[in-house]
Amino acid sequence: MTEMLNQDEMKVIVFELMDKEYAISVDVVQSIEKMLSISRVPKTPSYVKGVLNLRGVVTPIVDLRARFGLDTKEMDESTRIIIVTLEDYDVGLIVDAANDVLDIPAESIEPQPEVVGSIEVDFLSGVAKVDKRLLVMLNLDKVLEPIKRVTSDDL
Amino acid sequence: MDTNQYLEMFIDESKEHLQSCNEHLLELEKNPQDLAIVNEIFRSAHTLKGMSATMGYEDIADLTHMMENVLDAIRNSKIPVTTEIFDVVLQAVDYLEEMVMDIASGGTGKKDVRELVDSLNRIEAGGAVITAAVVETAVTVTEEKVALSYDDYEMTVISQSFEQGFNALEITVELREDCVLKAARVFMVFGILEKVGEIIKSEPKVEQLENEEFAETFTVALITKESADVLREKVMKVSEVEAVTVSALTNDYLLNGKRAKDDEALKAIETAVTVQQGTDVGKEPADQKGKRNTGVQSGNKTIRVNIDRLDILMNLFEELVIDRGRLQSIASELQNPELNETVERMTRVSGDLQSIILNMRMIPVETVFNRFPKMVRQLARDLDKKVNLEIIGAETELDRTVIDEIGDPLVHLIRNALDHGVESPAERLAKGKPEEGTVTLRAYHSGNHVFIELEDDGSGVSRERVVAKAIANGIVTEEIAKTMTDRQVAELILASGFSTAEKISDVSGRGVGLDVVKNTIESLGGYISIESTEGQGSLFQVQLPLTLSIISVMLVELEKEVYAIPLSSIIETAIIQTSDILSAHNQKVIDFRGNIVPLVYLKEIFEMPGHDESESFQSVVIVRKGEKLAGLVVDSFIGQQEIVLKSLGNYLQSVFAISGATILGNGQVALIVDCNSLIK
Repeated sequence: MTEMLNQDEMKVIVFELMDKEYAISVDVVQSIEKMLSISRVPKTPSYVKGVLNLRGVVTPIVDLRARFGLDTKEMDESTRIIIVTLEDYDVGLIVDAANDVLDIPAESIEPQPEVVGSIEVDFLSGVAKVDKRLLVMLNLDKVLEPIKRVTSDDL
Repeated sequence: MDTNQYLEMFIDESKEHLQSCNEHLLELEKNPQDLAIVNEIFRSAHTLKGMSATMGYEDIADLTHMMENVLDAIRNSKIPVTTEIFDVVLQAVDYLEEMVMDIASGGTGKKDVRELVDSLNRIEAGGAVITAAVVETAVTVTEEKVALSYDDYEMTVISQSFEQGFNALEITVELREDCVLKAARVFMVFGILEKVGEIIKSEPKVEQLENEEFAETFTVALITKESADVLREKVMKVSEVEAVTVSALTNDYLLNGKRAKDDEALKAIETAVTVQQGTDVGKEPADQKGKRNTGVQSGNKTIRVNIDRLDILMNLFEELVIDRGRLQSIASELQNPELNETVERMTRVSGDLQSIILNMRMIPVETVFNRFPKMVRQLARDLDKKVNLEIIGAETELDRTVIDEIGDPLVHLIRNALDHGVESPAERLAKGKPEEGTVTLRAYHSGNHVFIELEDDGSGVSRERVVAKAIANGIVTEEIAKTMTDRQVAELILASGFSTAEKISDVSGRGVGLDVVKNTIESLGGYISIESTEGQGSLFQVQLPLTLSIISVMLVELEKEVYAIPLSSIIETAIIQTSDILSAHNQKVIDFRGNIVPLVYLKEIFEMPGHDESESFQSVVIVRKGEKLAGLVVDSFIGQQEIVLKSLGNYLQSVFAISGATILGNGQVALIVDCNSLIK
């Protein structure tokens, strides 16, 4: 069934970051959580907010704003954590808001333009125009490259 | 047939059967006369053959088939048990292990087994010569036998009954010529036989017998545990029975379409079966279609559960514990007696549940120990030494996670004991010791720990040699060496880059020293110590935590953050006066019972706003890594607690000074401090 759909349509979760809309495939999204209490993990890159207890599993949390080098913002009522599952790890992404699930036609996805905002082009896999909305498709593999081993020698 | 879904089961069961083969073979070597042991081995081999053939692993099936033939010849006393045969059979089991391991790691399980099959063939053929004579003497007894032929279904029934420890007999009854009520006699004979077993076939057929459509003799095939002699006697008691001949059906017959014709074989099986009955009473499952009998250990009803599922169960349970914590705090706020009572009950029940879940993950250390007898046998032969391995407390249980890790260090210790510990027979005799050295492997529980000890009565650690070597390698200075106790000297052999082997042998001394063992054990949260008396032997004691998934920690607070420090690293906690802190170069140190211990400000390490030296007291946790100490400065101690170890996941692959995380009662994540990385 899903494969049939995938051929011409793609289901995505749309979220907000700095008033822009981004999209990731619904396949990798495990759940969307409200803000939970996060424990800081020392000696990690600044965009790693820490870890939280997600129903018994310790899950690392990445602040997407920080990851993209944008200004950080206080958490508020609309802040969400999107839990995504990549190959062999789960990561939570802090976003400004997440409130839409869309089916986007495959033909509406275009290769990324040369410059989109200030976000590193590497992180993007394309843009999609749906009605009058412009959705930025994220390349999660790049965004979430595992944090390399940090050893005492590097410090 | 799609066999993939059975693969895991096949691998697990194969390993079990091979282990059983190994154990029983070693037992048999000690008691070559005990044919009951051969039966056990035979049964394992037979099951393995069936399984591998079903799964399509022809090489395994071929090899086990040949092994079976040899075993069959042994239990039929056609060939005597010799060391040569043992070596070949053990090698066959080795090969089979390799093949099964290959399958387990995704291979095809193929291996060139021709040479081994040839030697097995030779052994079997060598035995045949001896058999001829036996057959001749026995021939008069058995010449009247009428062989029945069996179809596939009956064959299966018979071979399964062998696996269940039953015996298949062919009973030929000859009635007197003048017998009047032949059908009645047949009925009586059947009555007797059906009481002691199950008749699977008769010749002529039952209807013909009932209609008296036979001459004077008829033959039935019976599956029973009764011995042939008893049966013969019982049937003879039926009046007008002229003669009764009982002969045994063997697997050999079933497999090769030939039957064992000698009475010797029958007797051998009888004794085997009687012995077995003695030990197995009440353990044989009555229903044949139910579980397969895998030998003596089939007494308990068990179910195989994937460890992953237990992990999931554990995770869910932890959720419950966390919610329980919340409930408790809500209840204490509300002060509602009924709610309080319910929460208390829930606390008790979940406490019991926790111990059950933890217990489910415990498996006997036997699973590691049982590979050692064979290893010791082989090593002793390679080294030309005589060694007797004693295993005590193999039933001691340990968490699965520890079991997985402990095997290699033990192998290392045993090799070391055999190579460096136990002397050659000549040396031992010269020292007035028995020729055969004794190595004892012992496991037992004590408190929250499991102890595994390896003791040998060998030469012990030579203080002189160890000290000389340690000084040469720059591990200690001459002055320090003089002040060291014998125990401290002995433990020097655990230091890195140390090997007392004067020449490099095949067994040990390849540059990998006991320091590797020490490191592995310490990484498990364990501890190793040595006691040794020169000339009398050594005792290696390994202390391990019961489980790796639950550890005892000291919770400490830094600002508002909570960190856990494993108790296994902690020596003690102390409150020190800030004025007692000394400076050595740029390093803050304290004098702790005469030792200069460097201080580590955890807040600094964990990038928090600076430590407050204006406080007049500092909370310090003294931790150790091997012999080295350090004092971790924290804001305050919260207390000791058992926690469930969780990994940080693959995204944060390795964070400096953090070995993992845990979830506290309030649902918060606390990080576990890795003391080993804080001490260089």
